[in-house]
Amino acid sequence: MSSVSVKDLSLNFGHISVLKDLNLDIAEGEFLVLLGPSGCGKSTLLNCIAGLLDISDGQIFIKGKNVTWEEPKDRGIGMVFQSYALYPQMTVKGNLTFGLKNAGVAKDEIERRVARTADILQIQPLLERKPSQLSGGQRQRVAIGRALVRDVDVFLFDEPLSNLDAKLRSELRVEIKRLHQKLANTMIYVTHDQIEALTLADRIAVMKGGLIQQLDTPHAIYNHPVNRFVAGFIGSPGMNFLEGQLETGAGAVVKIGNMPVPIDRYVFSGSSQQHTGATVLGIRPEHIAFGDGAGAMPFSHEVDIEIVEPMGSDTLVWTRLDGQSLSFRVEAERPLQAGDRVRIGFDPARASLFDSATGNRI
Amino acid sequence: MTTRQNGRPSQLFRNLNAKIASIPMVLTALVVFLGGTAWTVLYSFTSSKLLPRLNFVGLDQYERLWAAPRWMTAIENLAIYGFLSLIFSLVIGFLLAALLDQKIRFEDTFRTIFLYPFALSFIVTGLIWQWLLNPDFGFQGVVRQLGWESFTFNPLYNAEIVIYGILIAGLWQGTGLVMCLMLAGLRGIDEDIWKAARVDGIPMWKTYLFIVIPMMRPVFITTLVIIASGIVRVYDLVVAQTSGGPGIASEVPAKYVYDYMFAAQNLGQGFAASTMMLLTVAIVIVPWAYFEFGRRRHV
Amino acid sequence: MSDHAALNVAAAGFDAIAEEVSGPRGAKPRRVLSRRNIFLYGTLILIAVYYLLPLYVMFVTSLKGMPEIRLGNIFAPPVEITFEPWVKAWATACTGLNCDGLSRGFWNSVRITVPSVIVSIIIASVNGYALANWRFKGADIFFIILIVGAFIPYQVMIYPIVIILREMGLYGSLWGLVIVHSIFGMPILTLLFRNYFASVPEELFKAARVDGAGFWAIYFKIMLPMALPIFVVAIILQVTGIWNDFLFGVIYTKPDTYPMTVQLNNIVNSVQGVKEYNVNMAATILTGLVPLIVYFASGRLFVRGIAAGAVKG
Repeated sequence: MSSVSVKDLSLNFGHISVLKDLNLDIAEGEFLVLLGPSGCGKSTLLNCIAGLLDISDGQIFIKGKNVTWEEPKDRGIGMVFQSYALYPQMTVKGNLTFGLKNAGVAKDEIERRVARTADILQIQPLLERKPSQLSGGQRQRVAIGRALVRDVDVFLFDEPLSNLDAKLRSELRVEIKRLHQKLANTMIYVTHDQIEALTLADRIAVMKGGLIQQLDTPHAIYNHPVNRFVAGFIGSPGMNFLEGQLETGAGAVVKIGNMPVPIDRYVFSGSSQQHTGATVLGIRPEHIAFGDGAGAMPFSHEVDIEIVEPMGSDTLVWTRLDGQSLSFRVEAERPLQAGDRVRIGFDPARASLFDSATGNRI
Repeated sequence: MTTRQNGRPSQLFRNLNAKIASIPMVLTALVVFLGGTAWTVLYSFTSSKLLPRLNFVGLDQYERLWAAPRWMTAIENLAIYGFLSLIFSLVIGFLLAALLDQKIRFEDTFRTIFLYPFALSFIVTGLIWQWLLNPDFGFQGVVRQLGWESFTFNPLYNAEIVIYGILIAGLWQGTGLVMCLMLAGLRGIDEDIWKAARVDGIPMWKTYLFIVIPMMRPVFITTLVIIASGIVRVYDLVVAQTSGGPGIASEVPAKYVYDYMFAAQNLGQGFAASTMMLLTVAIVIVPWAYFEFGRRRHV
Repeated sequence: MSDHAALNVAAAGFDAIAEEVSGPRGAKPRRVLSRRNIFLYGTLILIAVYYLLPLYVMFVTSLKGMPEIRLGNIFAPPVEITFEPWVKAWATACTGLNCDGLSRGFWNSVRITVPSVIVSIIIASVNGYALANWRFKGADIFFIILIVGAFIPYQVMIYPIVIILREMGLYGSLWGLVIVHSIFGMPILTLLFRNYFASVPEELFKAARVDGAGFWAIYFKIMLPMALPIFVVAIILQVTGIWNDFLFGVIYTKPDTYPMTVQLNNIVNSVQGVKEYNVNMAATILTGLVPLIVYFASGRLFVRGIAAGAVKG
């Protein structure tokens, strides 16, 4: 049985359609990340699931129960917000128990749950403090605790780490992952940060313009993006896109300028093999080989280095292929300089081909 | 719109508590503000005397109104008072704000002093200035005591200039507010503008005139609307300071309305006069509302 | 949506005044005794004297005896200080046939102001909260009518209200006036509270809903404790506004229940008897005392209040 299920969900504000006919099935204990740029509708979808927004059409099921018109408190969810949303006038303990008191939970049961939550999140010393006396990281722990203490099956996270600095963010990210492994709850997590998405998710739903572009495992999304948007949104530094012409027939090639890139090892998706003409070839910087290995690749070419960006652990090198900008990664130790002429190559099996007109994968 | 799924609760009972909490607002908006206004406008076309009656007489009340010397005086006074108090309170208010914005010490003290009259009732203000402008003991008396026997400054007892006497009191009370609004406007201007002007070597008065004031246009408009809608209502001040005298020389429309409704028991006249007041305000408000609300709707 | 935005813009203007305390922005000060400073402070002090003079004259006049007033100069300090005028103004000054001074008006004003302030603030705060956090279809239309209505001259609405109050049997009573003050205080107070509650992070409200708190629980347990400063602003606004009211007092109450301002005007502008300027001035100060105390005690909160209350005119 799926834990959370969204059927044909639409949401309109006046004439503006914010979410369009979304369908989503989230398995018991799954960690699903909703990923997308701001304004794509990911937070809106989460708010609909939480019951904080009335939807225009469709249905929402949680644990098999139709909760489309239930109040948030009756949906069996806990929620963590970006701004922590701790009640400023209450102590940490007051924050944790507010929901339980509203629900009329017995006193000793409240005490038991607070103790357990405080233990899991290691916030016992903070219980009597006010939110204003806590650091950002501590506040977000308490906010997570507030969801935890409700003892629910589904956790909703609305960009919980966006207000924290980079170091704290990675710490809490690990902590959330640990929490998920320990509790095995269903978690729906909204973020615009692809690193968070890739590291945490069992599955990622990449959203844009109120539509789910791709719903798949992080690995599939990274290696087989369904369209140019997903390909460009995931990965840092971003995927290289080279405009070319697809020529099928004996030995299919993509011609980048007058350079033929043989694509006989490329796995076409579905039935789009008939496609010819304007095509975009996408290749991630880390999939471009350089130096000795380059010549052995099915495609290789000599290029001039334009810019060298040392990034610490490795170095990003910018060059041009047929006048089109291209970047690739090399180990930090390589002594490279702008103006050097080098050979690069890649295996088209690792590339992605997109229809120039529609942006869809072919 | 697509059809709703089953189970969608009735829209009427969704958010029921919020709707209950808004009942006073809905009643006020519909019954008093809309209903009351419509009622008064409707009855201004009747010949109601002591009690409101629906015997329509067309524009009779308006014809009588515009033929009444007292109403004409009231309108003339309102025009003079309104025009001058707009100009003076904007100019003085802005100058005071600009003075206070010079990083001076005791800014709070000065502001407190300039603003305190605004905390007072118009009745209190009117009575204070009635005393200060008293011909025997006030300014005129004091100057004459000093030896300038022919000095004359007697606005409250001179029908020609009585409205200026009221203006003095009105400005004393109201400029502090304008100053506060202007100061807020000045503080809302990016400090980098001042730095840029100084780097460019633009003198201060030019910076104010050509850069700062144009930037403060929204503040000026808001202030203008606020002062203007207050001016139309001016009533208490006149009642306290002159009771409309000498004779009818300092009558204002609001007082005309009150007197006809509650003293002369000529309701129809009162309604017609108040409808004219509404019209005056509408002339100020409608362009502003259109400018503020209408323009943004298209963006 | 656009209406909301526009109202917010209009409201932002008023809120900006609240931020006005952030500090001066003009040119940088130079030497203490520069020509500029002498001019600047000289001007400011002169204007300050002009603004303070009426208060001073009022005060010294109220401490003089009538003979001294007739002979002397209104700006001169009293030669012989007497508190007689104050006693008379408070306890025995006559309006018509009543000769029990301003004290009656004072207590009437207290009886009017206290319930009016409480009722109007309760209504407006709950309403502003509903508008900010529980928006329902059509709410904005009524709110716009309410705000635009704040600019309609009262004169257009006073007679219909007379009829409504008469039908309710409240015409001439203190409670009738309380209703009137609640009605006319509603636009500005609702705006004030709506803007405040709208500035509270929406996620806090969402968190409370997930925690199972309903309309009233969120209002009392989450919003109210956070909104105390804005309640103080509203109280300042209403106390001074209602205390200073004259028009509604004179229309909706009877001589027995006249508020202080109406009684003051009747005492000072009564045509009978000899004019006792010292008593008049003492009475005037007494009437202005409550708002003045509120003003000086509240400092910047008053500025914030009138900035919002400026709509009220």
